[in-house]
Amino acid sequence: MPRTIRDVVFVDGVRTPFGKAGPKGIYHETRADDLVVKAIRELLRRNPDLDPKKIDEVAIAATTQIGDQGLTLGRTAGILAGLPQSVPGYSIDRMCAGALTAVTSTAGSIAFGAYDVVVAGGVEHMGRHPMGEGVDPNPRFVSEKLVDESALFMGMTAENLHDRYPTITKQRADEYAVRSQEKAAKAYANGKIQQDLVPVSVRRTNAEAGETGWGLVTADEPMRPGTTLESLAGLKTPFRAHGRVTAGNAAGLNDGATASLLAAEDVARELGLPVKMRLVSYAFAGVEPEVMGYGPIPATEKALAQAGLSISDIGLFEINEAFAVQVLAFLEHYGIADDDARVNQYGGAIAYGHPLASSGVRLMTQLARQFEEQPEVRYGLTTMCVGFGMGATVIWENPNFDGGNK
Amino acid sequence: MSSTTELLKGAAELFPGEVVTQAHVRHLDLPFGAGRFALITLDNGLDHTKPTTFGPQSLANLDAAIDQVEKEAADGTITGIGLTGKPFIFAVGADLKGVELLSRHEDALAIGKGGHDVFRRLSGLAVPTFAYYNGAAMGGGVEVGLHCSYRTVSKALPAFSLPEVFLGLVPGWGGCALLPNLIGADRAVSVIIENSLNQNRQLKGKQVFELGIADALFEGADFLEQSLIWTANVLKGSVSVERAEVDRGDAWDAAVARGRAIADSKVHGAAPAAYRALDIIAAAKDGDLSAGFDAEDQALADLIMGGELRSGIYAFNLVQKRAKRPAGAPDKNLARPVTKVGVVGAGLMASQLALLFLRRLEVPVVLTDIDQERVDKGVGYVHAEIEKLLGKGRINQDKANRLKGLVSGVLDKAEGFADADFVIEAVFEEIGVKQQVFAEVEAVAPAHAILATNTSSLSVTEMASKLKNPERVVGFHFFNPVAILPLLEIVRGEQTDDASLATAFGVARKLKKTAVLVKDAPAFVVNRILTRFMGEIQNVIDEGTPVEVAEKAVEPLGLPMSPLVLLELVGPAIGLHVSETLNRSFPERFTVSQNLAAVVKAGKRGFYVYDSGAPVLDPEVAALLKQGDTVLTEEQTRDRVLDAVAQEIGLMLDEGVVAEAQDIDLCLITGAGWPFHLGGITPYLDREGVSQRVNGKPFLAQGVASVPA
Repeated sequence: MPRTIRDVVFVDGVRTPFGKAGPKGIYHETRADDLVVKAIRELLRRNPDLDPKKIDEVAIAATTQIGDQGLTLGRTAGILAGLPQSVPGYSIDRMCAGALTAVTSTAGSIAFGAYDVVVAGGVEHMGRHPMGEGVDPNPRFVSEKLVDESALFMGMTAENLHDRYPTITKQRADEYAVRSQEKAAKAYANGKIQQDLVPVSVRRTNAEAGETGWGLVTADEPMRPGTTLESLAGLKTPFRAHGRVTAGNAAGLNDGATASLLAAEDVARELGLPVKMRLVSYAFAGVEPEVMGYGPIPATEKALAQAGLSISDIGLFEINEAFAVQVLAFLEHYGIADDDARVNQYGGAIAYGHPLASSGVRLMTQLARQFEEQPEVRYGLTTMCVGFGMGATVIWENPNFDGGNK
Repeated sequence: MSSTTELLKGAAELFPGEVVTQAHVRHLDLPFGAGRFALITLDNGLDHTKPTTFGPQSLANLDAAIDQVEKEAADGTITGIGLTGKPFIFAVGADLKGVELLSRHEDALAIGKGGHDVFRRLSGLAVPTFAYYNGAAMGGGVEVGLHCSYRTVSKALPAFSLPEVFLGLVPGWGGCALLPNLIGADRAVSVIIENSLNQNRQLKGKQVFELGIADALFEGADFLEQSLIWTANVLKGSVSVERAEVDRGDAWDAAVARGRAIADSKVHGAAPAAYRALDIIAAAKDGDLSAGFDAEDQALADLIMGGELRSGIYAFNLVQKRAKRPAGAPDKNLARPVTKVGVVGAGLMASQLALLFLRRLEVPVVLTDIDQERVDKGVGYVHAEIEKLLGKGRINQDKANRLKGLVSGVLDKAEGFADADFVIEAVFEEIGVKQQVFAEVEAVAPAHAILATNTSSLSVTEMASKLKNPERVVGFHFFNPVAILPLLEIVRGEQTDDASLATAFGVARKLKKTAVLVKDAPAFVVNRILTRFMGEIQNVIDEGTPVEVAEKAVEPLGLPMSPLVLLELVGPAIGLHVSETLNRSFPERFTVSQNLAAVVKAGKRGFYVYDSGAPVLDPEVAALLKQGDTVLTEEQTRDRVLDAVAQEIGLMLDEGVVAEAQDIDLCLITGAGWPFHLGGITPYLDREGVSQRVNGKPFLAQGVASVPA
């Protein structure tokens, strides 16, 4: 049977504001599935031309798929969000790249012709589901030295990455972190972020955490505008004595959900849906688990090679800031300056937070906004590192491209 | 200390057991830069099975919260104030337990005034106020929202009502005065009077919006978020709230008149609450809310100190609480599972029972009868009813297939009942026939199977007496129409064992019936009281009182229909049969009316003709009546009838037919439709002094269904 590969486009993306994990966090008494539901509903509300019946799949990622993140979240959240029963759904996991993988998996299926329109997103409520909850690593990993013992502790892998790049000092990492906070604060001041946030009502019954009763979350909780090098200098390095990785130059432990709408380009045009980005290529790569932060480099190599592009063709970068060192290693590898204006223009996860499996779609949503504003840019890239030694990269084309330089 | 604070402090001392609702104030930033907002959450700290209520301390907490936001509003630090509830519950109104404790008029007045004083502050603040009806809202819960500038409601809201009139109160924290001024008198009458007097009918979220009570409707999944976004738009002026103009002309008076007609048809002037509410609605036409609130305070205080409210609360507790824990029922754990049901007989009653068991238990149900034609007809009836349910969308095709597959009919009891756990008979009311049926069933059914009888007047003990295992026979007496009337009298024969009885109660619970344990006494509870009641009416008529006088005499009892209309519904022949049965047991009190016998003999099925719409005594019946010459007034008639009823209930309690007078009332409310607002009958008999006159003592201790000492 003859088959035509179809172009896949990013129609829209939204997210909940991100919260700090823990008993005082804004989402401490809010369920993870409810966060997903609010994001999906906002997506539908923003795209009233889309008949929900036309959604062919709901793919929702979560790293810890138990409790309110279990029960095949893509399906249950779809029902809770009021999607027709005819719309199926599933759960997906690639740790930090969960939502990104939800996007690429469904996008591949759209290109193949299996779907026309999908919802792809992710959630992680690290307060309700701390990293490592319920894990049971096979003892052979250690006994046969398949991975280093540090591989399961992300902060240690970041220290290991500093070892690999001796020129990336704590000072550079802290400077990067301060810039991330500054850029995020500026993006907020300019209203770049809020337009893609869905307000979430939250209940609090614990008076120690603040005012009790119902409240409304409209902004990211983790942000620390006004962060200075001095304030970062004194922070502890919990992963290694006299190390370099601190709470200040890494993303925190967070709660949040994202959702995006993808479609075949012809279907999006036919339904009158917006086309914010066009998918060019995507790739995943594996590296030594103990330097998992290196992962974006080989993943990007593969994605660029597939697309027949070089790094110089990329006009905008959205790199997940699990750790400053991981971004800096990527930039160092490609010879890009630490403060290059193309990189993370709105700041990144160091400021906004990184609720593991949800973050991929945040990168895309922000890249889509930057595409709108910068029609001179043709290609952009979203990339992130993934636990157990992986990297994930998606290259996007700007449909607003006006034929300018890049 | 403000006067409100003092008032509530005094009230709180009278109600130490209050489940206290907190009024949490939390601040948030509205979207679109609409400013800082104070959101008050009403929450009693318990889960949704314990809804939030307002007692004096709760009102004081809300008052304190309003103190805080009032200041913030005046200082300009907030742009609006909202009010919402804990998950699934907004607030369900005054805590009735606190109301029950009140014994002085001034304390009752304080409750009304305390609520008003706090709630009305919400309409006088420097910024707009918003109520977000997120979940169940009743009574004072509805009213606190009515004092706000704007309201939103959730599509997922399952129950919204002003049930005060149903209980014997008026919506007295602003409801009577505010609601007609918001949505017009006619709609207000529907909510306050009509719904309340129709078994406390509830509104759903969508209806609350359509009636104009709420200004916006949002889905449950993100109700609060959308309400707050809407609020931001209202405050910024990008959404304007339009409400229909209230018709203050003749329509207002017509609405009040309609309300009075509804009240008359339901309570016949016998309960004051609806009329007091209508008076306040009528007066609210001029829009003077302060006068309306004062009138509400007075009405509340008067009604709280009157017996009708106490009867209403008593009845409410009977059907909400006592019905769920039947007095005298054995330990639930003794119950055996029921996985297949047999029905002996395939007539109309048997077929209705088969349908009920099928729908509620969803287990195989087998009908048997004496010939194939009857069996087929019975199964056909059940199939047709399933089709009707399917047609109405009450069940889907899969469920219809399942139910049809579960019902069958056979001639051979051995084939049908060999693996049945519960067999109920609904054959002809004749002891010999029933004994024969049970003997046949016992021969083929498993040893553990319950043998239940739907007899309305025969002795269960006698029916079981010839069996090998009489301990598994129970009476299972339903009321017509079986699908509608909740009561099920469960009769314990002399030899019935606890396991069988527990199984019967377990089945009753699954059938969603209100089960009352009854001793094996003639005609059990409802039929015995109704027959004594009807018998006395007939006696009075037979002795010479005109039919219409006798009928009118008992109107204050607020019965669902007049005695003779009820007798028509039951069928004069059946009425006669029951009176003959009871006459054999208790000849000194139960007479057999010769006039009724004549009517039955003439083949008449009723007493009235309805050619003109209204009932008129059938001339042919009138011609049959042979009356004496003792003509009683309505009052004399009523006294005689009530004396008879009080005497009979007194004797039944002495005989131990049921555990307590409460069970008599529960039976009459759920099995005969006797009025809720009178608490069935014994609170009324106590209040009117009938119990004292006839039995030398009241049925209920003071405070049970009356103002405490």
